[in-house]
Parts: sequence; C-alpha cells; structure tokens
Amino acid sequence: MNAVALSSMTQALPEIVLAAGAMGLLMLGAYRERSTQAVNLGAIMLLVAAAVIAASIPNGRIFGGSFIVDDFARYLKILVYIGSGAAIILSLTYLAAEKQEKFEYSILILLSTVGMGMLISAGDLIALYLGLELMSLALYVVAASNRDSVQSTEAGLKYFVLGALSSGMLLYGCSLIYGFTGNVSFVGIAKASGQGGIGLIFGLVFLFAGFCFKVSAVPFHMWTPDVYEGAPTPVTAFFAAAPKIAAMAIFARATISAFPAITLQWQQIVVFVSIASMALGAFAAIGQHNIKRLMAYSSIGHMGFALVGLAAGTAEGIQGVLVYMAIYLAMTVGTFAVILSMRRSDGMVEEIRDLAGLARTNPPLAFFLALLLFSLAGIPPLAGFFAKYYVFLGAIKAGLYGLAVIGVLASVVGAYYYLLIIKTMYFDEPAEAFSPVPFELKAMLGIAGLFNLLYFVYPAPLIVAAGIAAKSLF
Amino acid sequence: MILPATLLPAVFFYLFAGMCVACAFMVIAGRNTVHSVLYLILAFVNAAGLFVLLGAEFLAMILIVVYVGAVAVLFLFVVMMLDVDFAELRQGVLQYLPVGVLVGVIFLAELLMVVGAWVIAPGMPQSISAPTPTTISNTEALGRVLYTQYVYYFQAAGLVLLVAMIGAIVLTLRHKPKVKRQNIADQVARTKETAMDVRQVKSGQGL
Repeated sequence: MNAVALSSMTQALPEIVLAAGAMGLLMLGAYRERSTQAVNLGAIMLLVAAAVIAASIPNGRIFGGSFIVDDFARYLKILVYIGSGAAIILSLTYLAAEKQEKFEYSILILLSTVGMGMLISAGDLIALYLGLELMSLALYVVAASNRDSVQSTEAGLKYFVLGALSSGMLLYGCSLIYGFTGNVSFVGIAKASGQGGIGLIFGLVFLFAGFCFKVSAVPFHMWTPDVYEGAPTPVTAFFAAAPKIAAMAIFARATISAFPAITLQWQQIVVFVSIASMALGAFAAIGQHNIKRLMAYSSIGHMGFALVGLAAGTAEGIQGVLVYMAIYLAMTVGTFAVILSMRRSDGMVEEIRDLAGLARTNPPLAFFLALLLFSLAGIPPLAGFFAKYYVFLGAIKAGLYGLAVIGVLASVVGAYYYLLIIKTMYFDEPAEAFSPVPFELKAMLGIAGLFNLLYFVYPAPLIVAAGIAAKSLF
Repeated sequence: MILPATLLPAVFFYLFAGMCVACAFMVIAGRNTVHSVLYLILAFVNAAGLFVLLGAEFLAMILIVVYVGAVAVLFLFVVMMLDVDFAELRQGVLQYLPVGVLVGVIFLAELLMVVGAWVIAPGMPQSISAPTPTTISNTEALGRVLYTQYVYYFQAAGLVLLVAMIGAIVLTLRHKPKVKRQNIADQVARTKETAMDVRQVKSGQGL
C-alpha cells in the first residue's frame, strides 16, 4: 500500500494542466454570458502551455508503469497539441458565421486532447482503454454538435454506434490477452506472450480491429466518409488530424512494446490492412464529388501508407510513421483551411466543382491548395514525398518489397484525383468567387503551405526528432 | 433434518441458480411488463447470491446497488412511460420456441465442449502480475488499491464521466427565451409602486 506522492506526477503535468484548465474554462463558460471567445482563447493558450510542458518534462514511468513519458510520447503529444490547437483556430470564423458558437466546443476538444495524451502515454491495457474512451466520447459529441442538422446528428449517431461496437471488440481482445498472459501491462504481456498460444493471437486480432477502427483503416473504415461529410467542417478538420495521430501512436506502441514475441503474426495483419487501405483510399476517392468525402478517402489511404512503416516493425519503420504523421498533420490542416474558405455569400459550399477556375478568382488560394494537393499526392520536392519515402524505405529495409511496390502503385493511382482537383481549379471556367478569406485561415494555410514547400530545404530537425522518438520504443 | 456443512453451499447454489433461471424465464414469459421487470430484479438478486457463494461479495453488492438500484428502476420508468403494447410484440413466441430451444441446446453443447477442451496456457499462472490475495476480503483488497495504486484509472474514469455529462448537456439542453418561468426573486422584489398602476377613470370615458 503506497500512496502516490504529488511530486511523482510531474510526468503527467501536461494532462493535469489540460484537464484542470478545461474544468476552469467550463466554469467560466457556464457562469459568464458571451464568454465563448475567451474560452476559445484560453483553450488555445492551454494547448500551447501543454506543448511547452510536454517538451520539457523528464522521461519516466509513473502510476506503476501505466503512464509512460518517453521521447516517443513527447514527440507525438506535441503533434497532437498542435493538431487540436489548429482545429480550434480553424473553427473560429466558421462557428460564428454558422451561429453554432458554443463554449463547450473547445472544452470538449481539450478533454479529447487529454484522452489523446493518455492514449499516447498508455503503458497498459486499462490506461489504453480509458484514454481511448475519453478521446472518442468527446469526438462523438462534437460530431453531432450541430444538432439542428440531420446530417450532423446522423454523423454523430453513426460514429457513436460503430465506435461502441469497436470499443466492444477492443475490450474483448483485451480480455483475451489478459486471460492468456495474466497481465495488462505491455511489459508483462511482452514477457508472457511467448506462451500465450492461439488465444493470445485471437485477442491480438480483436485489439487490432479496435485500433483499425480508430485510425479508419480498411476493413473498419466504413464510418469515415459519412462522418466526415456529415460533421461540421471544422470538426472534420479536427477528426482528420489529432485523433488519427493518437490512435496511430497507440497502435505502434502496443504492437511494438507488447507483442515482440509474435511479430510474424501481427505483421501479416498490418500488411493486409495497409494494402487494403492504400488501395481503397486510391480507388474509392476517384468517384467523389464532395471534397469532404474525398478527404475521408484520402485519409484512409494515408493511414494505409503510414501503416507500411509499422508493418516493417523496425525503428526505421516507426521513424517513417512518425515523420509521416507530422507531415500528414501539416497537409491536413492546410487543406481544411482551404475547405473552410469555400464560402459564398449564401453559405458554405463543399463540392469540387465549386472550386472551378479558382486560379482566376483567387490565385493565392488556388496556388496553396495546388501545393498541398501535390504534397498529398507525394510529388517531390514537397513534404508529402518525403513522408512516403521514409515509410517505404523502412519497409524495404525490413524486406517487405511487395508492400513497398504496392504502396508506390497506390500513390500513383491516388495522384489522379488530386490532380483532377488542380485541373478543375486551373483550367475550368470560373465559378462564382468565394467570399474574402478570414485572417486566421490565411495564416494557417500560409504556415502549412510553406512547411510543405520548404520542408526539403532543412528536413533534419524533424527526421532527427522522429528517429530519437522511434528508438525510445525499442 | 440437519444438513452436513459441506452440503450447505451446494443447496444454496441450486436454490439461487434455480430461482435465477426461473425468474429469467418469467421475464420473457410474463404477461404484464411491470411484472417482467420485477422478475428481472429478482433474477439480479439471485445472481448476487451466486456471487456471494463464489466469495465475490463486492461484486454481489455492486450488482444489487447498480443493477437493482439504478438500472432496473430505470427500466421500470421506461416501461411505465412508454406506450408500447408488449402483448402484441410478444405474439408468436410459441411459434419461435422450438427454434429458440434448438439454438439454446447448440450453445449448451458448444459451451460444454469448450470447457472440456480449452486449456489455459500452462505457463500462464506463473506470470500473473496481480494474483488474488487470499488473506483479506476482496472488498478490502479493492479498497487498498483503488485510490493508491489505481488512482490514475480512477481519475481517468472520472474525466470520462465528466465528458459524458457535458456531452449530454450540449446535445439536449435548449435555451428557450420565450418560455415563461417563475422567478421567485423577481416576484419578491416587486413593490406596490412597480406592480400597480392606478388610473383615474372619468365617468363616461374609457381608458
């Protein structure tokens, strides 16, 4: 019976700051009229503070090893905080213009981010599940946050029901793993997994089903297009970035640190999921005319590419995944900044044909969107190319030649629909011009665009940081 | 007749188990829905008795508190508030009974086969990280670790519940400005001057 000393919680400081701050902002929002702006600002500042704290706290395992802070957790937490902060910034004008301003929105995003942090740092199955539920529960609510819209409530309900199903599968997997190894901690499972036998592999499959649902990898991707299309656009921007990073983080941590003894078995699953996601992402996106649906299929494809690195199961592969997630974050935030700028005098539009002739009506916007789409397609020298390069490199070094070849082919097919949008913008007859773009969207687009454009000039810091982070997992 | 001490648990096991199965059957067979819910509560109580026999007294108490105290009462409310004709829903039960019995028998056979054939990994018991303590009751064992070793999980679960509460409010609370509500403070603060308007009305003229 040992009580937990307060000083031993230093490693959890980012989560504590975010959770306590979210509760403080909740009080502010509930007791002050018209405090939405202040709550939003406070939420952004809390995320910045959490990122600074996360960068500076020492490594360690606390709460009996169920909360791990290492270089891997630090790198991904900073990415997640950036993603959540960007999502709040992107939502400011949209929610005000659509009269959906609610102070609870940023608070739910903050609490969801706490869950992501817990997920990234999880050192055992219970912490994993609690983090996952904290993250997801807030996501279900924000998906349905525009409750007067049938589409939004449908998106929320669909996400909730399927999410509950996936949680059930994940828990079933956890219980099987616990039953066949006698442990919930990843370290303990790794020690006992040699003798787990067929029951452990059963559990692993169910656990992976839960993970695949959260990263929206095939065959558990079916919720993605509907939820992306139905949810309010800033919520979609949030869904596409931060939660994916957190889910990918726990996918990598759980497989690498808990199941090294059965690498061969889980590798097969990850290879299959990766190929299926890349292929579906490439082919299913071709017929889409709604840009949010297109981004959903695009994100499925990108998760497939990131999983190529995980399939390698080596430090290089994980480094590739980490670089991929950082660049994916920049590309997604930039692209959604453009989608959120697609506003005419009579409201938001989200069809690809609405972008027709954008190069003549708003050349800078068209230029940046083209840049981001080239980057998403993976065309050198933009950042998206390097993202794919590192995961394929990891796969080739691990001897997965077939996977790398299929990945390259899928990315060629995927380039088609990205280029189609660029063609629409540059060569079609102009449609009605968009309203002026708000300042914060311009700023986010500028930062994301320049990052993608100039990444190749000085790629070292990101590569080195990802390398250190990946090594800490092995 | 006095039963030997070794026989006593077996007697109680069959008592609780038999009652549980009988109540479960009555839940689906009962004509009145409220009776069904009451039988459900009885089934819960008997299941709690089974847990006590297993030595899991904490689980037994939780079952009573949560399922009988909260879930079953919620069911009762739902049953009483919803206007569903359960008699109509239940029509044709006898028609489906043979198939149901067949499925049940198959499940039973499968379970027996699984219990007979499935062997837990032989080396597993040695690697269990948190073995069940034998010297203290399980309520005390839980009490010792819940706020110390497992404080992180406890707090995390609290946050999940907070999100659930915020979510329920965000999705359902509607501010309706036109609804007239009683405001006691306003009523008490009224004086003769603010509440009454005395007019002199001349005869032969209206206001």
